[in-house]
Amino acid sequence: MKGRAGVPERRVIALAGNPNVGKSTVFNALTGLRQHTGNWPGKTVTNATSVCRMDSEEYLLADLPGCYSLLAHSAEEEAARDFICFAHAAATVIVCDATCLERNLILALQVLEITPRAVLCVNLLDEARRKGIRVDLEELELLLGIPVVGAQARSGRGIRELLRAAGNVCREEIALEEDRPPVRYEPEVEAAVARLLPAARRLAQGAVPPRWLALRLLCPEDAALERTLQEKTGAAPRADPEVREILDGLPEGLRGEAAEDKIVASTVEQAQRIAQAAVRCGENGYSPRDRRLDRLFTGKRTGLPIMLLMLLGIFWLTIAGSNVPSQWLSAGLFALGSWLRGVLEAWNAPSWVAGLLIDGMYKTLAWVVSVMLPPMAIFFPLFTLLEDLGYLPRAAFNLDRCFQKCGACGKQALTTAMGFGCNAVGITGCRIIDSPRERLIALLTNNFVPCNGRLPMLVSLIAMFLTGTVGGPVRSVLSAALLLSVILLGLGSTFLCARVLSATVLQGTASSFTLELPPYRRPQVGKVIVRSVLDRTLFVLGRAAAVAAPAGLIIWVLANVRAGGSSLLALCCGALDAFARVFGMDGVILLAFILGWPANEIVIPILVMAYTAQGSLVSMTDLTALHALLTQNGWTGVTALCTLLFALMHWPCSTATWTLYKETKSLKWTLAGMALPTACGLLACLTVATVGRLLGV
Amino acid sequence: MNRETGLSSLLPGETGLVQGLWANGPMRRRLQDVGLIPGTRVECVGRSPLGDPRAYLIRGTVIALRDRDAQSVRIRPEPAAAEGGLWTEGRP
Repeated sequence: MKGRAGVPERRVIALAGNPNVGKSTVFNALTGLRQHTGNWPGKTVTNATSVCRMDSEEYLLADLPGCYSLLAHSAEEEAARDFICFAHAAATVIVCDATCLERNLILALQVLEITPRAVLCVNLLDEARRKGIRVDLEELELLLGIPVVGAQARSGRGIRELLRAAGNVCREEIALEEDRPPVRYEPEVEAAVARLLPAARRLAQGAVPPRWLALRLLCPEDAALERTLQEKTGAAPRADPEVREILDGLPEGLRGEAAEDKIVASTVEQAQRIAQAAVRCGENGYSPRDRRLDRLFTGKRTGLPIMLLMLLGIFWLTIAGSNVPSQWLSAGLFALGSWLRGVLEAWNAPSWVAGLLIDGMYKTLAWVVSVMLPPMAIFFPLFTLLEDLGYLPRAAFNLDRCFQKCGACGKQALTTAMGFGCNAVGITGCRIIDSPRERLIALLTNNFVPCNGRLPMLVSLIAMFLTGTVGGPVRSVLSAALLLSVILLGLGSTFLCARVLSATVLQGTASSFTLELPPYRRPQVGKVIVRSVLDRTLFVLGRAAAVAAPAGLIIWVLANVRAGGSSLLALCCGALDAFARVFGMDGVILLAFILGWPANEIVIPILVMAYTAQGSLVSMTDLTALHALLTQNGWTGVTALCTLLFALMHWPCSTATWTLYKETKSLKWTLAGMALPTACGLLACLTVATVGRLLGV
Repeated sequence: MNRETGLSSLLPGETGLVQGLWANGPMRRRLQDVGLIPGTRVECVGRSPLGDPRAYLIRGTVIALRDRDAQSVRIRPEPAAAEGGLWTEGRP
C-alpha cells in the first residue's frame, strides 16, 4: 500500500462508519453540501462523492454506505468493503458515535486490518457529554495507533481538525505493520494465519494486505470477494494448491464458520477492551429518557394510536395551514397572468400566442405552484422533523408484524414512508432491503402511498365533494381524517398486494433482518426547515414545474386544434368515455390521468382545461368555482370518490416508472409495477361505481 | 443454573447471557455483527404493540429482532438480581 505510483491529483478520502452515527452529517459538514441525511440504516445507498477544500488542497470525499461490518452480506456492506479494499483511498475516515463507541470500534478494527491510512472521528461528543460519557481521545489514539479527532458534526465543531488530520494521513507514508495487528486472535487462529501467510503474500500481489487475505481464507467462502480478488490479482486464492493444502490440513474448528466465529469474537472482545480503557461511562446508549419515549411510542396501548394521531396532526396542519397561502398565491399569480396577457395584447400578438403562452403554459404552471407549494412547504418540514427525531424506525418497529405476515421486510415501512415525499425516492430507498424477493415486493407496492404530487389532488377532492357541507374549523379536521383514511386504504392495499405477491409470483418466507432503534435526537428545527424547503420542496416543485409548462402547452394545443368540428382533446375524451364510465369516471378524467403521466400534479389542471371548452382555466384555488365547473360536467359524489381512488391507485408517474426500471433492470417488473396499482385502482373504482349505480346515487 | 433457551423467550425487562447461535449462514453473521457473541449480556427492552418483533439492548444499542430470528440465539436467562453488572442500564 505504500508509495503507490500514479496517485491521482485529487486524493480520495473515504468516509466509513456504522449506520446512524451521523456519517452523512460529517460528509455534509466537510463538503458544505446539503445532501439529505436520514436517521435510519442504509440511508446512503450509493457512494455519494463530493469535493472539499482545505489549505488550497482539494480532496475527493466518498461517502460509503453505512454498515456494521466488512464481512459483507448485504449490497451496502459489499460496496463499502470493496471500496476500502480496492479503491486505495489516500485516507479512510471512520466515523463513530461517541455514545456507543464499543460497537463502532468493531468496524474500525476491521478497516484497520485492511488499511492503516485511517483517521477515527468520534462524532456526537456533545450528546455523549449530556449522557455523562467521557471519551479519552488520546488513549484511543494510543490503543488504535491512528489519529483520533473528536467532533460535533451538527454544529461543525472538529470538522477542520478532522480534515487536517485526514490530509496529513494522505501525505504521509504509512505502512501496514504486520507485527502489530489491530486485533490479535486466539493462538490457534494466529498459527493458522502464520501458515497461510507466505501463500497469501504471494497471492495478494500488493492488492490487499496478506494477513487480511489469510484471515478471509479461513472464513467461509465469499463468492463476490473471490471474484473481485481474481479480477484484481489474476488468480483465485482459494483455487491455489498451496492454500488448499493448508486449509485441508486444518482441524474442523479452524475453518469456515467456526473460524469466523472465533475471528468475530476476538474482534468484538478487542473492541470491548479498547472501549473499556478509553470510555468513562455514565450511562450507556439507551438512556432513561429514550426508554420512556420508547415505552410511549412503541407501547402496547399507546404505540399505534400515537402513530395515527401524529399522521392526522401532520395532515391537519398541512391542510389547514396551506389554505390561505394557496389562495393568495393563486390570486397573485392570476393577476400576473392577466397583466402578461395585457402586455401581449399591447404588442399586438396574435390571439393564439396569448392562448398558448398564457392559457396553456402559464396557467398550468400557476396552478401547480399555488396548489403544491404551500402544502409541501408545510408537509416536508414536519415530516423531516419526525425523521430527525428518530421516530421512523419506531414506526417500522410498530408495523413490522403486518409486513411479516405479508411475507415482506420490516424495513419496507421506511421505504413506504419515503414514498410520502416522492415515490421515486421511496423506490430507490428499497435498496436497504437485502432479500431480492422482499425488495421486489417493496418496489412494486411503493406507489400505493400518495406522494406529494398526489396529496394536493386528494385534499382538493375531499374538500370539494366529501366535506362540503361541514363548516368552520371542524372541516379541516374532517378533511385530515378523511385523508388519513385514504392513506390507510393505500397502506392496506400495500399489505394486501404484498400478501398476494408472496403467495403467488414472489413466493417465499420472510427473511431475517435486524433493525436498529437509534437514540432519539433533538431535531434541529431551524436546519430542518431550511433543508427541507431548499432540498425537497423546491426540488420537487421545480421538477413539477418543468413538466407542467410543456404539458400545459401540449394540452392547450390538443384542446384548441380542431379536427372534424371538435377538438383533438374532445375526440380523445370521447374515445375513452365509455370505458371510463364503467369505472365511475369519464373520458376527460381518464385522459387527464394519462396525460398527467409526466407528473401527477397536473391532472387537475388538465381536467379543468378539458372541461372549459376554450381550454382556459378558471380561477383555480377557488374550490367553489372548481366544484361548480365539475358538477356542471356531470360530477357526482361517486365520480369524485372514484377519481380519488384512482388518484391513489394508478400507474406510477414517469419519474417513478423510470426509477423502477433502473432498480429492477427488468421491463417485466417495471410493467408489473405499473399494472399492479392500476388494476387495484380500477377494481376499487368498479366496486364504488357499481354500488353507486345499485343505490341509484 | 438456568436452562438454555432462545432469546425470544425473554420478556421485556428480563436479561440473559448469550451462549451461542443456532443460526447459520448470513443470519449468523448478521447476529454476530450486532455483537451477539458468547458472553454478551442482552436485555429485552420492549415489544412491538403487535407482539413481534421485540427490542433488545445489545452492547449499548437497541436492536429489533423478529421472534423467529431471536429464537436462534442461545441464551441463559439471568435472575433479575444480577442487574447492574457489566452494563449500568440506568433503569428508573
